[in-house]
Amino acid sequence: MIRVRDLQVTFGEGKHTVKAVRGLSFQVDKGESFGIVGESGSGKSTVLRALSGLNPNWTGEVEIEGRQQAVRRDKPFYKLVQMVFQDPYGSLHPRHTIDRILAEPVAIHRLGDAERRIERVLDEVGLGTGFRFRYPHQLSGGQRQRVAIARALILEPRILLLDEPTSALDVSIQAEVLNLLVRLRRERGLTYILVSHNLAVVAHMCERLAVMNHGRLVEELSAEQLKAATPAESYTRQLLTASLGYDRAAIDQFEDFVAEA
Amino acid sequence: MAEDPLLTIEDLRVDFETTKGIVQAVRGVSFQVGREKLGIVGESGSGKSVTGRAILGLVPPPGRVAAKRLDFEGTDLLSADNRQMREIRGRRISMVMQDPKFSLNPVMKVGHQVAEAYRTHARVASGEAKRRAIEMLAAVRIRDPERVFEAYPHEVSGGMGQRVMIAMMLIPDPDLLIADEPTSALDVTVQLQILAILDDLVSERGMGLIFISHDLNLVASFCDRVMIMYAGQVMEILDARDLNQAKHPYTRGLLSCLPKIDGGHNDLAVLKRDPAWLEAKP
Amino acid sequence: MSSVPESARNDLRSWLLSDTPVSRRQAWLGRIYLAWRAFTGNRLAMLGLGIVLTLILMAALAPWIAPYEPADPDLQSRLLPSSKAHWLGTDELGRDILSRILYGARLTLYVVVLVAIIAAPVGLLIGTAAGYSGGWLDVVLMRITDIFLAFPKLILALAFVSALGPGIENAIIAIAITSWPPYARIARAETITIRNSDFINAVRLQGAGSVRIIWSHVVPLCTSSLIVRVTLDMAGIILTAAGLGFLGLGAQPPLPEWGAMISSGRQFLLDQWWVATVPGIAIFIVSLGFNLLGDGLRDVLDPKNSER
Repeated sequence: MIRVRDLQVTFGEGKHTVKAVRGLSFQVDKGESFGIVGESGSGKSTVLRALSGLNPNWTGEVEIEGRQQAVRRDKPFYKLVQMVFQDPYGSLHPRHTIDRILAEPVAIHRLGDAERRIERVLDEVGLGTGFRFRYPHQLSGGQRQRVAIARALILEPRILLLDEPTSALDVSIQAEVLNLLVRLRRERGLTYILVSHNLAVVAHMCERLAVMNHGRLVEELSAEQLKAATPAESYTRQLLTASLGYDRAAIDQFEDFVAEA
Repeated sequence: MAEDPLLTIEDLRVDFETTKGIVQAVRGVSFQVGREKLGIVGESGSGKSVTGRAILGLVPPPGRVAAKRLDFEGTDLLSADNRQMREIRGRRISMVMQDPKFSLNPVMKVGHQVAEAYRTHARVASGEAKRRAIEMLAAVRIRDPERVFEAYPHEVSGGMGQRVMIAMMLIPDPDLLIADEPTSALDVTVQLQILAILDDLVSERGMGLIFISHDLNLVASFCDRVMIMYAGQVMEILDARDLNQAKHPYTRGLLSCLPKIDGGHNDLAVLKRDPAWLEAKP
Repeated sequence: MSSVPESARNDLRSWLLSDTPVSRRQAWLGRIYLAWRAFTGNRLAMLGLGIVLTLILMAALAPWIAPYEPADPDLQSRLLPSSKAHWLGTDELGRDILSRILYGARLTLYVVVLVAIIAAPVGLLIGTAAGYSGGWLDVVLMRITDIFLAFPKLILALAFVSALGPGIENAIIAIAITSWPPYARIARAETITIRNSDFINAVRLQGAGSVRIIWSHVVPLCTSSLIVRVTLDMAGIILTAAGLGFLGLGAQPPLPEWGAMISSGRQFLLDQWWVATVPGIAIFIVSLGFNLLGDGLRDVLDPKNSER
């Protein structure tokens, strides 16, 4: 369904060039949930931006549903692929009502029947009709994130790119939103690419995952391998140890995995 | 605790008067801290940060702080005047905050900020302060303290910035350190490295540490005792190693709704908020 | 409002403050109501609003409340001080100053509103286009803006009026031409802040074109700063118009433009001070009113203060 080959993303020019993603290749099958894990600066969010077309400065091959993607995407692409952003406080326009936020994609793609679509999608994400005409600042973080998910779903995409969708939420709200995402994937047969720094979230949500560090793919492994604590690479093992909590003795063994030139 | 506690708080209440009415951020919180690591865990709105700030008298108006007892090593913090509080802040109780981007002065070299922290509480020449500052930067495991001394906050990484903050806050040698989400903005490996530094320094100096965080697992693995807060009240205080036998349904709920690496792909347990938890405790 | 029964008023209030509005209009009106409540809490802002409303009323009702015609000379009654017949005295041609002030309010309002209507949208358009597109369009538009900003406003306005010829319409055009650059700057700064926000990215990801994004998403977020800036600028616009009038390049006699009144009253400043001073005080009060109004609006509309 999604095939990425040798993706390179660079920022800046001249002496200030930063290679955010260096030669990343991976593949996601239809209906799969694929995770990308990394610390800050690993390039994981940049991968999503390049995949979605938000960032045009990439080279390599991106093939979605068998079609090679150019730097600029066309409208049918946006009906196929949608994204949920990290910050629930920044991803909704502060001056638009929820109704307007949801009606907009319908209007852009001239799908018609906005009333029914909006009500249906709000219902699917567990928000009642009472929310329809509120403004974002009247909603909690978890509710906003549900609206963001509703907005992504209203165009009925088949692929959802999730950029740290629960990192800014309280732990109890995170559980609700993750459960919602799991249910939606099951009901609609969606394909997910989930990016997170939280190994537990990725292990819970995904079948396979890629570990990134300083723009490179460290290794690809299955959730089973992760649970069995048998990752091949030492970086992944270090990440796994760190995710389990504070262990004074283990910390002394931590290495600095520096970027290669 | 065998010895006397450093800090005793009884029935702490913090109210904020807003245009929409009175918001009770902290409603009758009581606890004690000795020379140990106490973790305060809660979600957003639980009042954990406000509690930390209330101890140091850093709750801005329109906030009002009241308590039956707010004692630090024999001094009553509630009735202390500005001069007394200034002497306590930094010198005897210090605070490390979340994001060094926002808590370090962006137009001052970091080393100078650490030296300034020292000179606020000790009358020494600038040369001596610089020496102590560099010593402190080395103590927080900064490999090149002289170079970092001359760097500006935007030139250092998040982890480095937090080490600078810790150096700044520990250089006056306080007895109690309050750390408000000190590692939440950092990567997980860096987080643990910073915590290791804190752990070592706190043990070496026999300090007390109040560690405020939303991350229950981290707090449970790092601290000696854990206090769980919800809606401005204390739900439970227990030893960190007894976390799995927590009795309060909120604590159990928080524990069970976390995704685990070795968990299955089943739905996560959803925390059912019991309205009884909101009721004021007697 | 006091004749409306208590229950109806409360119903309206709770409808506006409702947590779950059922239509766009209700949500929008609710927001405006809350903003209004915040605004009325500020006494100085209400004073500013009061002054501006008084100005508007004076202008609207001038033909009915003015005791005399503004342009009727009465050479028997030249330069009279304040009296029962002429509350604010008369000027050098015997015209009643009060009436001239009242009719002059129309001119002041005319100038201020037209300049705002011309300059603000132009600045908004240029600023958002430059800020959103970046690249060469940004550079070109901003250099043009810089060129306009490099000249002192009054000098530039003078130059335009001299080219176009004296008269109040030309003065308005000249002032508008010199007023738009700061609005472009503000709009551009806001646009640059906003353009990388996730909500803009989200709508780009829906396939929205630049025009839709700028018009529906960027512009609404710029309007608050712009409204505040325009209101604060109104005092300056009045003064510039008065300056042009003073120099004889704005409103032409016998129009009762306040600046022109000061100019012609200059020669009598020592003995018949009221001829020049009264219009001066009028300008002062109105400028103050717009300033207070602008400050009050900023407190209410500034996204940093409110729900953003």
